[in-house]
Amino acid sequence: MLLSIRHRTFYRYDPPAARVALKLRLYPAVTAAQTPRSWSVTVNGEAPHMRLANGYGDEESVWLAHDGAEEVEIVAEGVVETRDVHGVLRGWRMAARPAMFLRKTPLTAPDEAITALAKEATAGKTGISAAHALSEAVRDAVDYRPGATTAKTTAAETLNLGAGVCQDHTHLLISGARSLGAAARYVVGYLMVGEGDQPELSTEQETHAWAEIWIDSLGWVGFDASNRICPTDHYVRLAAGLDAPDAAPLRGSITGAAEETLEADVQVTQAQ
Amino acid sequence: MFNEMSGEDGVTRSAYEGVARWIDETGVDALLLKTEEAEAIFRRIGITFAVYGEGGDPERLIPFDLIPRVFDAHEWRRLDRGIKQRARALNAFLWDVYHRGEILKAGIVPERLVYQNAAFLPEMIGVDPPGRVYSHIVGIDIVRTGENSFQVLEDNCRTPSGVSYKLETRAIMMRMFPELFQSLSIQPVDDYPDLLRKTLEEVAPPACKGDPTVVIMTPGSLNSAYYEHSFLADRMGVDLVEPQDLFVDEGRVWMRTTQGPKRVDVIYRRIDDDFLDPITFRADSVLGVPGLMQVYRTGGVTICSAPGAGVADDKAVYCYVPEMIRFYLGETAILENVPTWRCSEPDELSHVLANLGDMVVKEVHGSGGYGMLIGPKATAEEIEAYASRIRAEPADFIAQPTLELSASPSLAGGGIAARHVDLRPYCMVGADMRLAPGGLTRVALREGSLVVNSSQGGGVKDTWVLSE
Repeated sequence: MLLSIRHRTFYRYDPPAARVALKLRLYPAVTAAQTPRSWSVTVNGEAPHMRLANGYGDEESVWLAHDGAEEVEIVAEGVVETRDVHGVLRGWRMAARPAMFLRKTPLTAPDEAITALAKEATAGKTGISAAHALSEAVRDAVDYRPGATTAKTTAAETLNLGAGVCQDHTHLLISGARSLGAAARYVVGYLMVGEGDQPELSTEQETHAWAEIWIDSLGWVGFDASNRICPTDHYVRLAAGLDAPDAAPLRGSITGAAEETLEADVQVTQAQ
Repeated sequence: MFNEMSGEDGVTRSAYEGVARWIDETGVDALLLKTEEAEAIFRRIGITFAVYGEGGDPERLIPFDLIPRVFDAHEWRRLDRGIKQRARALNAFLWDVYHRGEILKAGIVPERLVYQNAAFLPEMIGVDPPGRVYSHIVGIDIVRTGENSFQVLEDNCRTPSGVSYKLETRAIMMRMFPELFQSLSIQPVDDYPDLLRKTLEEVAPPACKGDPTVVIMTPGSLNSAYYEHSFLADRMGVDLVEPQDLFVDEGRVWMRTTQGPKRVDVIYRRIDDDFLDPITFRADSVLGVPGLMQVYRTGGVTICSAPGAGVADDKAVYCYVPEMIRFYLGETAILENVPTWRCSEPDELSHVLANLGDMVVKEVHGSGGYGMLIGPKATAEEIEAYASRIRAEPADFIAQPTLELSASPSLAGGGIAARHVDLRPYCMVGADMRLAPGGLTRVALREGSLVVNSSQGGGVKDTWVLSE
């Protein structure tokens, strides 16, 4: 499938920021599941500098403004050809070893309830079937409910609350997988919604999130717990990390601005 | 207990003959008076002491002991070889874990010790620092337990401090007792700043053409080691900068100067990884140079030590250094490790818990003598409280036997008395390896104390290495 994507993020600073530094992870890699046909990333109309692959294998770049900035507009857009490979990440240069993704982070630290959920869901199962069962169990335990949580909600809080969005499902899935000794990571990307087979997808957030779990015989396999599926040709993968802040497609350091206004939107449509 | 001056048989060791004669000729009362004079000088020139990470009052004067600690040329040759060997293996380990991880795949070092260590930075995976050097100044803490028995207590691969005190104690000794340095062949140490600068210049980044510009980056004058930062910048003849003096533009790092921006090639940073670059590490930090890591990773600047070098000096990783030496260098370790039990291993944990009263237990990520249990000195309640901490997070602790550190004659308690000492030599790693003779000798001035940290009542003394 050919997906046409436009992802715009707009910041306004009042008073103007003295200095803005941005790190951008907005470059879909070539994998067996996706090939960018055209892609551009600009900040206020210019291409950021120093684009290179980071330690996770994802590309990133930096944009800096030293002499004040009132508005910053980041646009990532282009056409990506996608194929359904049932969520298996292939044809991608692996940098960090899977064991890296066993680390606990504050947002993904398992508590007793998570450990119990993971054990129960996967009892008697191994490998890919255990991962599917865990993903289902996470979705069963947590309703999809925009606004129920914040960016700082932890996996343990999510399970306790029983509601959340894709970030929360993903954190909980990662936390459960790691508690079982399986490497798991947070993936950020784009998703084309409204295709009938995927009725209740996130429209609240500018990007979508899902997890990748390391399966010995297959490598990294994506699991979108929110939608109870493995990523299909509706998905475009951007970047991975230990949790949401670590995988963030945009990171900034701003000095001097009192107030920041943010607008962001993503449009993903099928290209002709 | 091994006495550095009188040896195992009570006969003055040859290395100490000059010192013994000097003590006899000068007399204890005169030496005590001279100590007051030395302290007055320290106070006047403003040397204050707080070893990095040890806390305490940064404006406090460190106790200075006039009686030097001496190594003969033969002893030093062995230490020199052992320290360089260790520094080489530690750098090889760092390169390996940020690349293919062969030592992990071989099952020699457990993966979790590396990948779950907060000091292991994913941002460094695949990065190739110039010369494959990650730790450019390796500080290796060494203790002696017998005539021929030296043991490594700890490796410091990030920014080991204290070298300014080594140089200042020598300067003050030469000023107060010039005749000693005329009559005895003591190897000089004052070329350290030149050697350090040379080392830092040798690891200039690929983008640097011509003479590299080196700077020292300090967190600022409130930092406990600020004296050392400014001292080294001054002696090396390089600029001392704070993060806000630097910025990134056009893929390079620049320093603001009164003559306009000046390009920077090598940063000897005395600031933690977390505070290097707010768009890569701690986003909440106001310190740091945004974009610095990207310039580093593209070969536009060299950061010394490399970010993430701390994964090699962890107290749990320490246990594996002799194996690293075998694995990377195909050699046997010249310097021994102290026998160490890892509480992460169930068998070793039960041994530790059963013998707490005889052991020293340390936090894997601790430093500065804080948070330790010294079994033989602890009460039953203290031991029980510590045991429950170990049981809660066993992997956070290691245990070692209580060592009989060697003692060196020191001016303490109104006379000359034997006090325990350790040694921190500084090994510089650039295109070549350089070891300044001696190191910083720390002395536990409290009677019977084995803790030499300045925050725990330790002092410093000059360290002599004699020529052939």
